[in-house]
Amino acid sequence: MDYFIELFFGGLTRGSIYALIALGYTMVYGIIGLINFAHGEIYMIGAFTSFIVATVLSIYGFPLLAIVVIAALAAAVWSSAYGVTIEKIAYRPLRHAPRLSPLISAIGMSIFLQNYVLLAQTSDFLPFPALIPEFAFMEPVAHIVGSSDMVILVTTALVMLALTLLIKFTRIGKAMRATAQDRTMAMLVGINVDRVISATFVIGSALAAIGGMLIASHIGQINFYIGFIAGIKAFTAAVLGGIGSIPGAVLGSLVLGLTESFATGYVSSDYEDVFAFSLLVLILIFKPSGLLGKAETKKV
Amino acid sequence: MSEAILNVTNLTMNFGGIRALDSVNIDIYPGEIVALIGPNGAGKTTFFNCLTGIYTPSSGEIRLRNPETGKETRLNGMKPNRITEKGMARTFQNIRLFANMSVLENVMIGRHCRTHSLIFGAIFRNPATRKEEREIIDTSYKILKKVKLHKQVNEQAKNLSYGAQRRLEIARALATEPFLLLLDEPAAGMNPKETEALVSLIRLICSEGHSILLIEHDMKLVMSLSDRIFVMDYGKKIAQGTPEEVRSNPAVIKAYLGEDVDA
Amino acid sequence: MFPVNELKRSLLVSIWFAFLTFPIMVIKVDPIERIVTWRWDNMFFVAIGSFVLSILVKVYFVRKERRAGSKKAQTALTEPFVHRILREPRFLYPLCLACLAFAILFPHLFSAYQTNIMTTALMYVVLGLGLNIVVGVAGLLDLGYVAFYAVGAYSYALLNMHFGLGFWIVLPIGGLLAAFVGVLLGFPVLRLRGDYLAIVTLGFGEIIRLILENWNDFSQGPSGIANISRPGLFGIDLSFSASINYIYYLVVGLVIFTIFVVNRLQSSRLGRAWLALREDEIACQAMGIDKTRTKLIAFSLGAFWAGLVGVIFAAKTTFVNPASFTFLESAIILSIVVLGGMGSIVGVILGALTLILLPEYLRALAEYRMLAFGGILVVMMIFKPEGLISNVRRSYQFKKLPSSESE
Repeated sequence: MDYFIELFFGGLTRGSIYALIALGYTMVYGIIGLINFAHGEIYMIGAFTSFIVATVLSIYGFPLLAIVVIAALAAAVWSSAYGVTIEKIAYRPLRHAPRLSPLISAIGMSIFLQNYVLLAQTSDFLPFPALIPEFAFMEPVAHIVGSSDMVILVTTALVMLALTLLIKFTRIGKAMRATAQDRTMAMLVGINVDRVISATFVIGSALAAIGGMLIASHIGQINFYIGFIAGIKAFTAAVLGGIGSIPGAVLGSLVLGLTESFATGYVSSDYEDVFAFSLLVLILIFKPSGLLGKAETKKV
Repeated sequence: MSEAILNVTNLTMNFGGIRALDSVNIDIYPGEIVALIGPNGAGKTTFFNCLTGIYTPSSGEIRLRNPETGKETRLNGMKPNRITEKGMARTFQNIRLFANMSVLENVMIGRHCRTHSLIFGAIFRNPATRKEEREIIDTSYKILKKVKLHKQVNEQAKNLSYGAQRRLEIARALATEPFLLLLDEPAAGMNPKETEALVSLIRLICSEGHSILLIEHDMKLVMSLSDRIFVMDYGKKIAQGTPEEVRSNPAVIKAYLGEDVDA
Repeated sequence: MFPVNELKRSLLVSIWFAFLTFPIMVIKVDPIERIVTWRWDNMFFVAIGSFVLSILVKVYFVRKERRAGSKKAQTALTEPFVHRILREPRFLYPLCLACLAFAILFPHLFSAYQTNIMTTALMYVVLGLGLNIVVGVAGLLDLGYVAFYAVGAYSYALLNMHFGLGFWIVLPIGGLLAAFVGVLLGFPVLRLRGDYLAIVTLGFGEIIRLILENWNDFSQGPSGIANISRPGLFGIDLSFSASINYIYYLVVGLVIFTIFVVNRLQSSRLGRAWLALREDEIACQAMGIDKTRTKLIAFSLGAFWAGLVGVIFAAKTTFVNPASFTFLESAIILSIVVLGGMGSIVGVILGALTLILLPEYLRALAEYRMLAFGGILVVMMIFKPEGLISNVRRSYQFKKLPSSESE
């Protein structure tokens, strides 16, 4: 039973990280209909930025709490900056191009960013500092739920709550929903669509950066290539939940995280990634609208 | 009167909770020009999309009968390309040409379903393939001549004028050798001179043995061209008959109230 | 010539990029030795570089706008030089002969090392032409193309290892097997929308690689299969250098065969249907084209070529392992097609030769190879989506036709 609970929490942790990344995919898709292939790289850059900042601060002897806060802020700020810049350079000029052009551009961007980090930093795995201490109050359950699992779950829940409030009640949130419904119409009623799209990239990238930092400190190492697999898995989660739907992305992520956790725990860990990819292929073939997505009707 | 070539009974189409077509019954007989009219949003294009297999109707029957062989086919759930093979072709309201291909190539695509060569033929260019290719080009050219586009064969389709693009759509559909041709607002965006030419073109096509079902808002064209008219409103057929009968039908006048019937 | 405003904006761009790249370009930490290196010179380079680039881009757009103003003059002028050569048999045939002569003499003019590199480049030409059928002509973005390449390579490796089958027997088998896998995959996925198709093929490519990596009994896992036989020539054992030349000529032959076939396909009934599918699927169906079947043919034909090259790859290196078949490999082949010009044979050939040979000869660039490939995809999509050499539209002359005599 303990093993089951351990796997369950492991799955939830995984799922929440996927959710943080999947939200970026789903929000961008909802608004500009693009699979932002470079989103995994944003997550990777978030992890790298927090790694660099945290290590520098710890070398200069900052206290742990300050390190965590500053590193998280830096990761969010720089990832958002990258997100916005990528959108401006690689997607905005292609907004009216055939559907595949921005996708190819996004793939190019993803490869570019991977190699940019590889060349500017290193191809080796880097040890990520443990930013989350073992809490004393977690002692009794530490053998099934680690402190970092707990922190990840709580952080994710808080972030989700904030996001929901933002989208429901703020001006920019309403503008985002309007733009997702009908871009032309939103433009006609005076919404600055460019700004909405930039805001979407900022929010999505910041979430991915937080996810990157959390998972990196959970696993303890990073390299330039972590974005690819994480990106694909988060995308799988987004599609599973129904791409374009925010609750769908969260649901899909949790489902994917849990199934992965149980599959590797009870079956075998060799085929962990095969499992995610197969799931992706199967959903796209049989239910491309996902669990909570709307089916598209073609207009003639 | 001979047997109907198209027989639609109780055709219903639901989109989610919206009923776009509600038990529509329509027959078309060989050699006819039939018009389908109705206010915007009446379900005319949806009706076309159901007939041509782009939508699968929720219920009802669509039967197509080849006037030459007498063979009858149920079209429900058939793929669009199979329906075209059976002898019914269409044009699109919002022109869907192959914009970056030449005028001739657009029509040649229409010949696709009447020709057969595949990889083998393409690679080895055996006599049969060469003969077929020549046939495709010749036939396409003849059709282009009919719609008066033969001087622009190598022009890219997107560079044609609006009226010429509509005629090219008709040519492309004709290349599939349909016995029933569906035209979705063929005169939209045309000037009076072009419309006039279109009327004689449609007459010519009809006289060559193609029956025609057309959606149109230009009432002058509809009244002068059609043998019979069906009127739709809110997904239902509200009237049918000769132009005179339809013109004086109170239900039609009511549906068009506020719109200028003679516009 | 440049207004101050524009310079100011370029300055802002440069400051932005200096800020953007600050943590990753400037700071380098060694977490074990606990040393921080500040590389301020990088920030300087980034700032200068982005300033210059932003001005160049602006100049480009200003010029483009000006040209758009005189559109008529432009279309006449920009009929590319290459197109005119390709249209005129007078130029085309001698050019082809010259290329052929060069290709034949190559191993005698250059060292075995150079020949080997050229062989690799030509293999990418074939891969590019194969993918070009799928992506360039039929408009299906296949991101898992490398999977078919892997099928070819592993079918030779395995059939050779287990049954001792020779190269020439496996060559067609490998191709057909890849095509068959293409059909198997294509059947369910080809009805998907373009961007979903891309992701599914990507997933499929990764699945194949991961299976090869993990299923040790079948594929010997990550360590791969070694000692694969080189191709034989009527049972004669070739020396090492002779076999390099032999494979080189074999690939040259394959290139010629591929060009011939692709060229014929493009101007056939099938080729037209592919182009039309790329333009408008619904109209295509309404014109009686079987969408799934036509796509399936393109997809499996592309796979067939990848399979052939896969077999040759296994024979050339005498060793295969899953690491040769990553997503990046698919991305490289895609870059070739995108750079060269989707649908254009000459474009793809030039694209492959540039992208594969350039980093080989400019060793300094080799490190930046993948960075450049990624950059190429973005830059080409934004500035020249039709590629360096866009496809030549075939035009038809009707003076020869009897049906047009009356006109």
